[in-house]
Amino acid sequence: MSKFYVDAALKNDALSHLENIAEAFEAEGEIASKRRSAAEAFSEMDFPSIKHEEWKYTNVKKLISKNYQFGGNSAITAEQLELIKDLEAHVLVFVNGQYRADLSNIKETGKMVIAPLSEAVKSHTEVVEKHFGAYAKVEEESFPALNTAFAEEGVFIHVPKSVAVETPVYALYVVDTNTADTISQPRNLVVVEENAQFTFIENSQTIGEEHTAFINAVSEVFVAPNAIVDHYKIQNDETNAMQVSTTAVEQSDRSVYNNTVITVSGGLIRNNLNIALGEHCENHMNGLYILNGKTHVDNHTAVDHKKPNSNSNELYKGILDGQSTGVFNGKIFVREGAQKTNAFQSNKNILMSDQANCDTKPQLEIWADDVSCSHGCTVGALDEEPMFYLRARGISEDKARALLMFAFAGDVLEKVKVPALKSYIERIIAKRLNYDLD
Amino acid sequence: MLKINNLQASIEDKQILKGINLEVKPGEVHAIMGPNGSGKSTLASVLAGKEDYEVNGGDVEFLGEELLEMSPEERAQKGLFLAFQYPVEIPGVSNTNFLKTAVNEIRKARGEEPFDAVTFLKEMKEKMKIVNIDQSLMGRALNEGFSGGEKKRNEIFHMAMLQPQLAILDETDSGLDIDALKVVANGVNALRDGERSFIVVTHYQRLLDYIVPDFVHVLYKGKIVKSGTKELALELEEKGYDWIIKEVEEKESK
Repeated sequence: MSKFYVDAALKNDALSHLENIAEAFEAEGEIASKRRSAAEAFSEMDFPSIKHEEWKYTNVKKLISKNYQFGGNSAITAEQLELIKDLEAHVLVFVNGQYRADLSNIKETGKMVIAPLSEAVKSHTEVVEKHFGAYAKVEEESFPALNTAFAEEGVFIHVPKSVAVETPVYALYVVDTNTADTISQPRNLVVVEENAQFTFIENSQTIGEEHTAFINAVSEVFVAPNAIVDHYKIQNDETNAMQVSTTAVEQSDRSVYNNTVITVSGGLIRNNLNIALGEHCENHMNGLYILNGKTHVDNHTAVDHKKPNSNSNELYKGILDGQSTGVFNGKIFVREGAQKTNAFQSNKNILMSDQANCDTKPQLEIWADDVSCSHGCTVGALDEEPMFYLRARGISEDKARALLMFAFAGDVLEKVKVPALKSYIERIIAKRLNYDLD
Repeated sequence: MLKINNLQASIEDKQILKGINLEVKPGEVHAIMGPNGSGKSTLASVLAGKEDYEVNGGDVEFLGEELLEMSPEERAQKGLFLAFQYPVEIPGVSNTNFLKTAVNEIRKARGEEPFDAVTFLKEMKEKMKIVNIDQSLMGRALNEGFSGGEKKRNEIFHMAMLQPQLAILDETDSGLDIDALKVVANGVNALRDGERSFIVVTHYQRLLDYIVPDFVHVLYKGKIVKSGTKELALELEEKGYDWIIKEVEEKESK
């Protein structure tokens, strides 16, 4: 087997779909040109097979062998949307890749700009041109290349200098698979200028059970000096929901960026999180995956300490039940000259069943000599001592297990700073673990 | 209350308990003493239902029911309590939260209404006084970062909250300074009501100055080799265990 799957249906379909968006392609300007070159790059490459080092544990063969409909209508109503109770937020809803103003709710935004990307290209051309495609690599990365070439819609955020935005933006990607296998390719661009602050929440929702939903998402986040960004992604979708999600973050000097990914269900999920750090940056990457059934989740993270004096902290925890599989690959690069770097990484996994599996791999490349880096990973069953202790105090086996698992998830949950979001996540996790929140 | 009949148990093919016989009546306090490795803690663990041990003989009757058939939680719900020698640290589970779950599970099993938040807090405040435990330990994760004394005190506090019929204290005195020891003993004594029974497992006699037992048993090589009253404990303190070991070995060689 080669490192790539050649002649994939998705590639052929995508290339023939190019005609449909010819107009956008032939337009003048930087964006169209970036999309043309992404399409060219995409046409020259294939999707990675499990022989490819970065895709060893995640087999996308089935995913790329389907004939997806690009776009497609949906009869979804506002009542069906997966919203977060009590969350004050600007809500942007995308259905089958298209922005749906009728389902969205953008409140008074003040100086901040919130717009679907297609509008922002026209209304905020300069900012979009400067940042679009600047952080998510398309060379040798077929999924981001595919997204870049076809990216029609997504969230565009521009937070001007010194504006602290209190109301988060909630983006919901709905895929309606009632009629066919459907692909949706959200493309987000978040630009937070100097000394500004912003919170971004992403969620996805699949309608219909028979066909496959495939979300191939790319988010680019630019965090200017002294700016602070909190970024959350929730993956609590149906088993026919597949997702390849790439988040590329550029942190300028003295900026703070916190990323938290919560995965509770879905089909096959691959998350790529790539972060480049300037000097005196603070970075947190948090992940929690609580899986059962046949859900497969692969978290690939990479943090690049390019300059000295920055801190990165990574905490990913997993509970795997049923026949679920988890993959964690955490890369830390410390470049030559990036002295006084602090980089910490931890990945802990509990296997609840004999058939669940987890592969975890830390990868550290350190070229500076005055740094403090550590990493640790564990995979094991739930400890018996605490179980016995709880049971000996009268707590039933099931309850004791739920209590311990919920506690295990606790330190990742603690990282969620938006109260309504935190309770939402607590509820979905408690439900999964049969834990009684009261 | 409790009737242990010829109880035998092993771990990883090693026979630890080799036929224990013991009867505890309501309101009685029994002390179980013995040199290290005699099987004291094993006895406590087997009674509480620890699955690491294999029971390969004998039976135990607790309040008229077959104890060994029950899961650990059923034993606790029926009224058995084990104060652990080494209380387990459980990060992420708050002491209060845990206790509320435990108390209400036990109440539910006994057919009582679960406590609401207010009643529970009131109950907790009351019981905290008994063991003189610090409020700050309530909000913290269960036993995590507690000092040795705090852990033991917390065990007695749990006992006070759970109101067991029979409490087994597994070397609760080990590693305690005299002040902490008194607090623990006072906690136990406050719960002595003529009905509730105790089995106090200890290596040293000192604890028994404060928790005065009705009976003292010496466990050696998995058997109770001598029983007596509190005077036996004093004798052991004075003379050590060697004379008993010698007695046993002489008997065996005959």
